[in-house]
Amino acid sequence: MATITIDGQSYEADPSANLLQAALTLGFDLPYFCWHPALGSVGACRQCAVRQYRDEEDTTGQIVMACMVPVADGLRCSIVEPEAAEFRAEVIEWLMSNHPHDCPVCDEGGECHLQDMTVMTGHCKRRFRFPKRTFRNQYLGPFINHEMNRCIQCYRCVRFYGDYAGGSDLVAMAAHNHVYFGRHEEGILENEFSGNLVEICPTGVFTDKTLKHHYSRKWDMVSSPSVCSHCAVGCNTIASTRYGSVRRILNRYHHDINGYFLCDRGRFGYTFTDAADRLRRPLLHPDRERDVETVAEPAEAMKRIREIFSEATGVAGIGSPRASLESNYALRNLVGSGRFSSGLPRIEHDATTALLEAMRNAPDGPGSLRDAERADAVLILGEDPNNTAPRLALALRQSVRNEPIRADAGSRIPRWHDRAIRDFVQDRKGPLFIAWPASTRLDDLAAGTHRAAPDEIARLGFAVAHAIDPQSPAVTDLDDSASDLASRIARALKEADRPMVVSGTALRSPAIIAAAAATVHALRRTGSGGSSFLAVAPEANTIGDAMLEGAPLETLEQQLESGEVDTLVILENDIYRRLPAPATDRIISKARRIIALDSIATATTNRADVVLPAGSFAESDGTFVNHEGRAQRFFQPLPPAGDVLEAWRWIGRIAAETGTSKQNEWDRLDRVLTALARDCPELAPARDAAPDAAFRANGQRFPRAPRRFSGRTSILSHLSVHEPKPPEDSDSPLSFTMEGHSGQPPAALVSHYWSPGWNSSQALNKFQSEVAGPARGGDPGARLIPGNGPNERPSTAIPAPVPDDDQTLLAVPCYEVFGSDELSARAPAVAERIPKPYVALAPTDAEHHGLDSGDSLNLLIGELRVSAPVRLDPKLPPGLCGIPAGMPGWSVPHLPARASVVT
Amino acid sequence: MLSLIKSLWLVFLHLFRKRFTIQYPEEKAYLAPRYRGRIILSRDPDGGERCVACYLCAAACPVECIALDATEDENGRRYPDFFRINFSRCIYCGYCEEACPTYAIQLVPDFEMAEYNRQNMVYEKEDLLIDGEGKYHGYNYYKVAGIAIGGKDKGEGENESSPIDPKDLMP
Ligand code: SF4
Ligand code: SF4
Ligand code: SF4
Ligand code: SF4
Ligand code: FES
Repeated sequence: MATITIDGQSYEADPSANLLQAALTLGFDLPYFCWHPALGSVGACRQCAVRQYRDEEDTTGQIVMACMVPVADGLRCSIVEPEAAEFRAEVIEWLMSNHPHDCPVCDEGGECHLQDMTVMTGHCKRRFRFPKRTFRNQYLGPFINHEMNRCIQCYRCVRFYGDYAGGSDLVAMAAHNHVYFGRHEEGILENEFSGNLVEICPTGVFTDKTLKHHYSRKWDMVSSPSVCSHCAVGCNTIASTRYGSVRRILNRYHHDINGYFLCDRGRFGYTFTDAADRLRRPLLHPDRERDVETVAEPAEAMKRIREIFSEATGVAGIGSPRASLESNYALRNLVGSGRFSSGLPRIEHDATTALLEAMRNAPDGPGSLRDAERADAVLILGEDPNNTAPRLALALRQSVRNEPIRADAGSRIPRWHDRAIRDFVQDRKGPLFIAWPASTRLDDLAAGTHRAAPDEIARLGFAVAHAIDPQSPAVTDLDDSASDLASRIARALKEADRPMVVSGTALRSPAIIAAAAATVHALRRTGSGGSSFLAVAPEANTIGDAMLEGAPLETLEQQLESGEVDTLVILENDIYRRLPAPATDRIISKARRIIALDSIATATTNRADVVLPAGSFAESDGTFVNHEGRAQRFFQPLPPAGDVLEAWRWIGRIAAETGTSKQNEWDRLDRVLTALARDCPELAPARDAAPDAAFRANGQRFPRAPRRFSGRTSILSHLSVHEPKPPEDSDSPLSFTMEGHSGQPPAALVSHYWSPGWNSSQALNKFQSEVAGPARGGDPGARLIPGNGPNERPSTAIPAPVPDDDQTLLAVPCYEVFGSDELSARAPAVAERIPKPYVALAPTDAEHHGLDSGDSLNLLIGELRVSAPVRLDPKLPPGLCGIPAGMPGWSVPHLPARASVVT
Repeated sequence: MLSLIKSLWLVFLHLFRKRFTIQYPEEKAYLAPRYRGRIILSRDPDGGERCVACYLCAAACPVECIALDATEDENGRRYPDFFRINFSRCIYCGYCEEACPTYAIQLVPDFEMAEYNRQNMVYEKEDLLIDGEGKYHGYNYYKVAGIAIGGKDKGEGENESSPIDPKDLMP
């Protein structure tokens, strides 16, 4: 720690920070624009001026930009010094000279960093009398609205979009006071992290277009801490609502996971909660084969369920990787663990089980996104992060800079000195190797790629393990290029300080996961202490579901066949997406009765006898276990309306109704969590993912509504002028109103970032223990998989080489960031970005079958016929074809599989 | 005794003073234009709805009796989808008018709002929106704002220069 003096007072500050960072950490309100904790400093906006003095004698000093001054022992400066303060006010005045008179219609208003900084510097009167410069806006796609007049030329957007996220279609154009930030041509912003511009841009140039369609001010939105439900990364979010509907998703800082950024799937996928196909009332299907449905009262539905249960010979439950841990556990408890299915087909189930095993065996437990960001050599085995775990791809993009920076230990450029570091690193990239059948959007960073069939990818992984540590078994018959690559990868990983292997279930190959684990263990054995294993899973609660150890769907099919079971309870799972339609039809028709719980209408709920409306993330409290085995609680921003209930609560009511549990035994989140902790010791820490419902600060709850929340005596007055009692929350320490504790809640309960003078999301600085550090009081969530597991060598069944086969193609799943996730695909903005169905084919194969790009290709995969236009991928090796997984209305489950071309 | 007579005399003199009591409701009291009574929503000189659904009045309201929801027409002009004031809660403080950046919401000299049924004190946009400019004439917010709406393109606002060409590098 260094001792610095600000305005005559001495403070301790971190010498690796800059003065602006240090001042903000110490609680000073110093204005800034171009500096961003994740992007570093460039000293462009001249807003953070302070006066720096050489020593105690120096009374003149000089004005410097705080963001460009490294903290050093003995540093003396003044923030309040009049000339520095006037300098800051004048900078704002210049910026404002062309600023439009837009605040009332600007979506940034009320949470605008420019407004905050203007108030902070005291500028209040416009002296500039000349005409204002104007710009035309561009159409930037369904996610982002563009209003260029409001730009203050801080360059944050292009620094994030280009330098940080690797996008190439947002640039600065023109010169002097005409500088324009946009695309060369109007069109959709391609990068899947474009949504972060909303929070990066300190003004209203880039705003959330989905919010614009149902705009509400920050001060009016009832929000809660939530967790993204669109992939297993589990980014922390703030879900904000007004008038009973979700209006937007904002980033909620988590030091080890998402940091400051989300992906567009997570940010804009929320509108599925309001889609027309949401289930809001219980439904009865008197005849499953015919399309007749009647809306029922909950009591009526419950009566029907009691009848079904009393007639049943055996009830089995199908869980779901997208349902919360509590719901899955409640279901398992209802039907008994022998009749509980994870809801995955065997092919996915086995890969997931292998992944969980590898996570438990990983030396330090599974790695986090922060570990990925800090890794200096990375091997990706069988994953396509941009599409399967988008936020991870952004972290990996940062990792390639670590090796060049480290390699030149002599350079003393601080990490926050962004421009200097980038100039210093230039185009040098650290080692990142990608093994995936097709091209990926990280290829531009890769030091080497291996495009091959899943088994070949596993073989490469085992070869790397062998090259690192000869004790690992050797791979026979590896071709030269693959073995060359394996030794290059091994060398890079061995030389690194923090090597990382990323692997997961994307290709549904336990062998790939075993190979990744073997590599990590080989590194450990040869003394690479910092090595880590990063697991990638597809859905928000895949890992939590797997930890409940249900059986694959096929086992259930056998139970149905044997007559041991004749009734199914299906929890938030569309099994038509998991198994080929004929196989699903068999399961459905063999079940005499089906009870389905879901938040959305699916092919499966359409064939259930009774459908109960379950809450989405917006109407539920629950826990997801993310890809690193971290249990994270999400809280509902909305009080449940109509008949919608959390799935676990419905199941609790079924249990009470059918006499398997006492009345109300399961009617509280904490009770479910307590029972879970008792039954599954490994999952017990999930209880501590957030404070329980009885938690209070000074006897007070934590408000979901901001203190300036408006309209509480008129929102419902058209229905009745007598104001109803505000809804109560029995499951969390949050209240639905603005009443309650006015200080900062623990990080797991943060519903909005706000601090006096800081209305924008930059108020986050005040919620961190130090700027860009962990949250005050620790980051939320509870790690369930501590690592230090048995350090034995994982099983090493090395697959045989994939034989040449002229007759068939090997169909492998590939993924789309917009489309492969079931829930977000139902959000209109995301749906606009979903590609049309396609089958990716190598040009040589296409030629062989006489096909060209766009021609229709007919495939027979098992009993399933698939037909889609050809998309040529020159990177795809011959003999393979890629079929996007889980596309709405067009899902081809059960891959990889052999496919024959039919005409 | 003397003071009693003095008082009676003074009262007697009042018979010849100007009368303050008026025969309400037959006769109406004069209310200054700035009198803070019933709230209206006004229109701009072109007849468009002035309110741009900025939510500032709702935020300023100390009894929180204003609720609205924003929406936009196809040309990007923002206006309230609904606008509700619960007058049974309103304290006629005028903060909403003070907060309004467009002169849309105005308190007018009318206090005759008694109802037998409290529910009738809830006014919707149809009840609030008048056909004129109210107390403030001539102001059209969208003319001074930077955004383009139907009938006003970029650079056509007051005190604006025409849009620049981003592909131009000339000084
Ligand atoms: S960017 Fe900020 S200051 Fe500018 S118009 Fe929007 S809210 Fe107002
Ligand atoms: S668009 Fe926003 S982020 Fe980009 S330079 Fe302008 S103000 Fe800064
Ligand atoms: S989809 Fe995944 S990566 Fe994207 S925000 Fe959600 S959790 Fe994060
Ligand atoms: S302050 Fe004025 S413009 Fe804004 S919502 Fe209220 S009435 Fe409309
Ligand atoms: S924040 Fe320091 S110059 Fe921009």
